[in-house]
Amino acid sequence: MSVLRIREELSVRIRAHGAETYPHECCGALLGTDGDGAREIVEIVPLTNQRNDSPRNRFSITPEDVRDADVAARKAGLDLIGWYHSHPDAPARPSEFDREHAWPWYSYIIVSVQERVPREMNSWRLADDRGHYDAEEIVIDARASGAKSTA
Amino acid sequence: MAIKVMIPTPLRAYTEKKDSVELQAGTVGEALTALTSQFSELRKHLYADDGRLRSFVNVYLNDEDIRYLQKDKTQVSDGDTISIVPSIAGGARE
Repeated sequence: MSVLRIREELSVRIRAHGAETYPHECCGALLGTDGDGAREIVEIVPLTNQRNDSPRNRFSITPEDVRDADVAARKAGLDLIGWYHSHPDAPARPSEFDREHAWPWYSYIIVSVQERVPREMNSWRLADDRGHYDAEEIVIDARASGAKSTA
Repeated sequence: MAIKVMIPTPLRAYTEKKDSVELQAGTVGEALTALTSQFSELRKHLYADDGRLRSFVNVYLNDEDIRYLQKDKTQVSDGDTISIVPSIAGGARE
């Protein structure tokens, strides 16, 4: 299973974004590094969900925001390694709609938010043949203590 | 015209890990043709079977979406940047 490292502070911010936009889906960009078998989130960019017609169970990000996130990553010497979004009152696993709209390679973090409380958070990558997702292990790095724990 | 094409991270597997490619072209269409000639595996990820750009692929010339310019016939100038921008969307329930 591939591994996605994230500092605890960033993990908390993703969860807080999900709680803040509840009952609507939140979304944002993951900027980081992608080495041999080790992917790490260095910064997140919270973005606005553009699906005003159905924000409780859909999200979309404007191409301008996608491009700006890519430019920000390049300027920082990072890569745009993926995206996060929330599933209000739904499990933290990709839906068929998620699969249809996803790209291989990116990490897709999904945080479940139940009655405004962020719960389970998982990450997934779409297979190259687009047929299925593979789970990605999230490793939370609690920098203050130097300890690592699995989400 | 010498232009640069910015490659998004999911497609760098098909451009020998290059994050940008510099090439010569007179229009956006010529630039993308030159790009996919150089990196043939990229073609199926940018174009559908009918030869049109995939609906989940956006192409920008500098700060403008080419759909609002002259699409693939949009003229380019020396130093221009073309960005291939994936559409990002999803959602919880079917």
